[in-house]
Amino acid sequence: MLILTCPCCGVTGEETEFHAGGEAHIKRFGPGTSDEDFHGYMFAKENAKGVHFERWRHNNGCGKWFHAARCTTTLEVFGTYSAQTYEPPKDIKDKISAKRPGWSWREFA
Amino acid sequence: MSKPVSALDGATYQGFAKVEELGLRGMITIRGDLKSAGMKKAASTAIGLDVPGQREVNMTGENALAWMSPDELLALVPYEEVGDKIAAIDKALKGKHYLAVNVSDARAIFRVTGGGAREVIAKLSPVDMSSDAFPAGQIRRTRMAQVPAAFWVDEEGGIIIICFRSVAEYVFNLLKGAAENGSQVGYLS
Repeated sequence: MLILTCPCCGVTGEETEFHAGGEAHIKRFGPGTSDEDFHGYMFAKENAKGVHFERWRHNNGCGKWFHAARCTTTLEVFGTYSAQTYEPPKDIKDKISAKRPGWSWREFA
Repeated sequence: MSKPVSALDGATYQGFAKVEELGLRGMITIRGDLKSAGMKKAASTAIGLDVPGQREVNMTGENALAWMSPDELLALVPYEEVGDKIAAIDKALKGKHYLAVNVSDARAIFRVTGGGAREVIAKLSPVDMSSDAFPAGQIRRTRMAQVPAAFWVDEEGGIIIICFRSVAEYVFNLLKGAAENGSQVGYLS
């Protein structure tokens, strides 16, 4: 069971209060883009074993979206951060580096 | 004009805690930039209560102002006064980007009282209901079994629960089951 802290309302709740929204920091390719780009956006996911970034929604609470950084093998949550960002904030990355030296995830490390 | 009735028409249940549906209550969803002074002033003047801080609720009698999310408040007022209150907010915020909507008939409101009230909620929601972790004056939006709900502890130690009207009977039955005599856990009392 994951224990997440919503950065929007500050509630620390367990998994069933939230809803997983899939992989984080995906760049959308919509109408007018090449089939290859759309395919990449649609299907090519990290599906990481270890450090992973996800989108979550506090659907039984304040209803806001946010990002979570966690480990898919140990279910350890490194932290949560605002949805209004293109990349994980530095303090989250530092926390992960302290616990999982040498980690990388897509272009982030 | 048809006569408005609440979802369960004031149903009650007495177990080791008392569960009652509080009948009709005026409720207004207010959304907008809660940090702006105009918004704060409009809400607090109309309802007669200060705008609560994060996850807090201010209440007096039938009136309450609850923090629902960073851009949303829920105002509770007597059922008949909703129209006037919304008119007051509309007037104060004319031209601004905001929303004030009457949701009275889309919600149900319950109150659980008695020494075991916290225990009843603790059985149904993934929330630490000890009085240290969840003191009076705090609001918590969460789920009750399978449906969303919000609740807070009032001045007398009773717990006010708000849920969607469409699941009022489900929530009442949940509370009944959790408050049944002989099912006390005794952990929180």
